[in-house]
Amino acid sequence: MNQADLLYAPSHEWVHVAEENGSKVATIGITDFAVEQLTDLVYMELPEVGATVAAGDEFGEVESVKAVSSLYSPVDGEVIEVNTSLPDNLEILGSDAFGEGWIAKVKLSSEDALSKLLDYEAYQKQCAEEG
Amino acid sequence: MSSTTELLKTPLYDWHASHGGRMVDFAGWSMPVQYTSIIDEHNATRNAVGMFDVSHMGRFYFADPTACELLNGLTTRRVWPMEAGKIRYSLMTRDDGGVLDDVLVYHLADPSGKAFCFMVVNASNREKILGWLRQHGDLEKFGFEDRTTATAMIAVQGPRALATVDPLCGTAPSSLKYYHGMMTEVCGTTAIVSRTGYTGEDGCELTVPGDKAVEVWQTILDKCSGDGGSAVGLAARDTLRLEAGMPLYGHELSERINPAQADVKFAINIKDREFPGRAAIVAARKDDSLPRRIGLEMEGKRPAREHSLIYRGDEQVGEVTSGTFSPTFQKPIAMGYVKPEHTDVGTELEIDVRGKRLAARVCRLPFYDRD
Repeated sequence: MNQADLLYAPSHEWVHVAEENGSKVATIGITDFAVEQLTDLVYMELPEVGATVAAGDEFGEVESVKAVSSLYSPVDGEVIEVNTSLPDNLEILGSDAFGEGWIAKVKLSSEDALSKLLDYEAYQKQCAEEG
Repeated sequence: MSSTTELLKTPLYDWHASHGGRMVDFAGWSMPVQYTSIIDEHNATRNAVGMFDVSHMGRFYFADPTACELLNGLTTRRVWPMEAGKIRYSLMTRDDGGVLDDVLVYHLADPSGKAFCFMVVNASNREKILGWLRQHGDLEKFGFEDRTTATAMIAVQGPRALATVDPLCGTAPSSLKYYHGMMTEVCGTTAIVSRTGYTGEDGCELTVPGDKAVEVWQTILDKCSGDGGSAVGLAARDTLRLEAGMPLYGHELSERINPAQADVKFAINIKDREFPGRAAIVAARKDDSLPRRIGLEMEGKRPAREHSLIYRGDEQVGEVTSGTFSPTFQKPIAMGYVKPEHTDVGTELEIDVRGKRLAARVCRLPFYDRD
């Protein structure tokens, strides 16, 4: 994924929206900045396929040696697929957070939440402030 | 991180901040939680050398070594009489047996041969212990000085720690027995050197004047960094001590815990001694209703954390006090307190980790033993 084309939640999830079989589907992951801040990832609890989520809902978690962090859905919809190979290969998040490291796909029930997400530039600015 | 009061800084603060240290508030001090990866820093300590800034620990100096006698009236373990050159780990308890702190008491001699007493306490308990000591004696009579901010304390730990530090010292730290100390030259400055640590590895701890801290730190690090040595932050210090089964104040030890529960028998001397909490410890040893400290190992990758509840079937039998993913064993480990009937090694228990019951097995402490 081209990072400049993605949308971002302030909680460090990225979102890529595409048409799939006539529906809008959001692919969701966490950013390389988040991965770098967390360090030493050891465990991931994937979102549940079939679950209905609203933007801001906790729908999974990622755990480092030091602490557990929640994954929040940045969009409204239904979880239709998760990256089942990721939890056993968390190092992928270190090498390809925006591609192979995707976490879940959510079929959008509404596009309202997308307008509240940050574009690349705004997200970079947030990271610079946090880093 | 937000704080209304100014955080204290160790003499190595600028070094940490300019070498990638992620600074966090720890007991009122701005301390590096990690520099790079916790696992890398952990493994550097297990395989080579880890260097830790532990200057936040409280350091009390008494010019008169008979201060050890005053302390002996307050510690669970005998620290007087104690030969010069020795260091002992002990607890300090209230009358009701609640643990005020775990401490190190040193009886050492300076280079001229004059003996003195030194004490290291947890950063979070420095004011409390100072107040407790003042309640029990006139510290000024013993030539008391709080040297916490004027000095730095550097821990050098790992299988190659002593080989790294030895050539930089007047007298080699490897000539000391475990839990012994001395004053000698380190990188040209006079330091208190002790063969102690909090990682489960061999090594030493150095107390040096604050204005020499960066020089000593950098000299030792330069000597070992090409050989797998690394600066190590508080996060890996925690995973290292947890693997080594060492209690941490505020977790395995607190004012709500009696030493008799904490599996620290070596740090309690009851016979022919008086100290606050003695009667409460004797009573607690016989009390079968009190939870006891245990180690727990788990399958999978998901660690239990502090405050997770421990179950046997439907019955809640205890609580986790520390838990992490063990970099050495590549599985989650934890310490906690459970009812005495569930403490046998091999007992199968369950831990509620954020709503999910995960299997856990009682295991022997320490998890990691370098020998």
